[in-house]
Amino acid sequence: MKLRARLAGFWAGVGLATFFSLAMVAALIGFLAWGMVNAGDGGIATGEPVPTATLPALPPGEEGSLADYRGEWVLLNVWASWCVPCREESPALDRFERENRDRIAVLGVDTRDLSEDALAFMREYDITYDQLRDANGAYADDLETTGVPESFLVDPQGDLVAHFPGPFRSVAEIEDFAAPALGGGGSSGPGSGDQ
Amino acid sequence: MSPGRDGSPLSETGRAVHLRQLLVTAAFAILVLAGGPTAPAFAETPPRGATPGAAQTGPDAGSGGPDAAAPVPIRANLPDLEDEVMCPICGTLLGMSRAPAAERQRVFMRRLIREGKTNDEIKDALVAEYGPQVLGLPDDDEINFFVYVVPLSGLILAALAVLWAAIRWRRGHGPDDPKTSVGSEPAKGPGGSDSARLDRDLAEYDL
Repeated sequence: MKLRARLAGFWAGVGLATFFSLAMVAALIGFLAWGMVNAGDGGIATGEPVPTATLPALPPGEEGSLADYRGEWVLLNVWASWCVPCREESPALDRFERENRDRIAVLGVDTRDLSEDALAFMREYDITYDQLRDANGAYADDLETTGVPESFLVDPQGDLVAHFPGPFRSVAEIEDFAAPALGGGGSSGPGSGDQ
Repeated sequence: MSPGRDGSPLSETGRAVHLRQLLVTAAFAILVLAGGPTAPAFAETPPRGATPGAAQTGPDAGSGGPDAAAPVPIRANLPDLEDEVMCPICGTLLGMSRAPAAERQRVFMRRLIREGKTNDEIKDALVAEYGPQVLGLPDDDEINFFVYVVPLSGLILAALAVLWAAIRWRRGHGPDDPKTSVGSEPAKGPGGSDSARLDRDLAEYDL
């Protein structure tokens, strides 16, 4: 009886409208907290397996996946034709690939892009290394990219060795990033080993 | 006492009209929010420059043949489409984005419009390029079911709240309420000291 009286007093004091208002605010805070908790920790950790997905190739006709390169070092480069920094890094990346293709494979992933724009981009920069097309950006999301371009150094077991957010400025910078694959002892790029 | 817009008390008839206006407004708001009968009218509005008789300018014009009443596909236009598809990288409607990727998407869509494609054909082409997410529609899984249920429930709850408030307001200011009986037959006379004062006033002014 006492509890009932106390509850009645509580309802009379607080009021139904106030109670529901507070409940709505609490629910909103709960949703925000849930979103923050599920936002992730900022990328794949070094030593963790890099996600693989079978994607259509560019030019169209075949399919491919990072898993096809198991046993090789891979520099996975996520790009898009509308991305200005991708244009800036492309000549250096292409030159790096031509000079080091016997030691490391470069695999491009064109994301959230028009296929004809991507093909025009490849023709413009004379890109000859393998390209996959991530039309809806789902694979870039799997890789937990924060933008384009971003590069990932993947060891022959398919694990992440280093991560480089942003564009490479020179061939030397790419060689430094890919040093573990090239047999050197470079310090790698700004994002390497920190995730 | 319930005041009118000019501050004067509302009569019983005035309150009824006021309540009716409130309910009609609420019903209209619910219809608009739910995309009710007005939505198809917008969708069927012909594009600028189109003439009502444009559908009958072909060889069958005036013949009353089977094609005379057939719907003519409406030519696509970019502003409409921008409000129906997503920018691939921004997470917003295309119309709200000026990102480079959005500009490339617009160029692609303008080209298809020039080629005479319909809205649906352009949407199909966008889905082929970017995947179904470009349409901004939720997937048919259990979680996204709530995308439809929650707003609908909100609308129903809002309608019930308005109804509840209206009923409560009407009860609180009903004909039995002596405070709001202005303009109609009072249900009860004044009592106690008020009655005595009224008698005194009547006697004093010889009314």
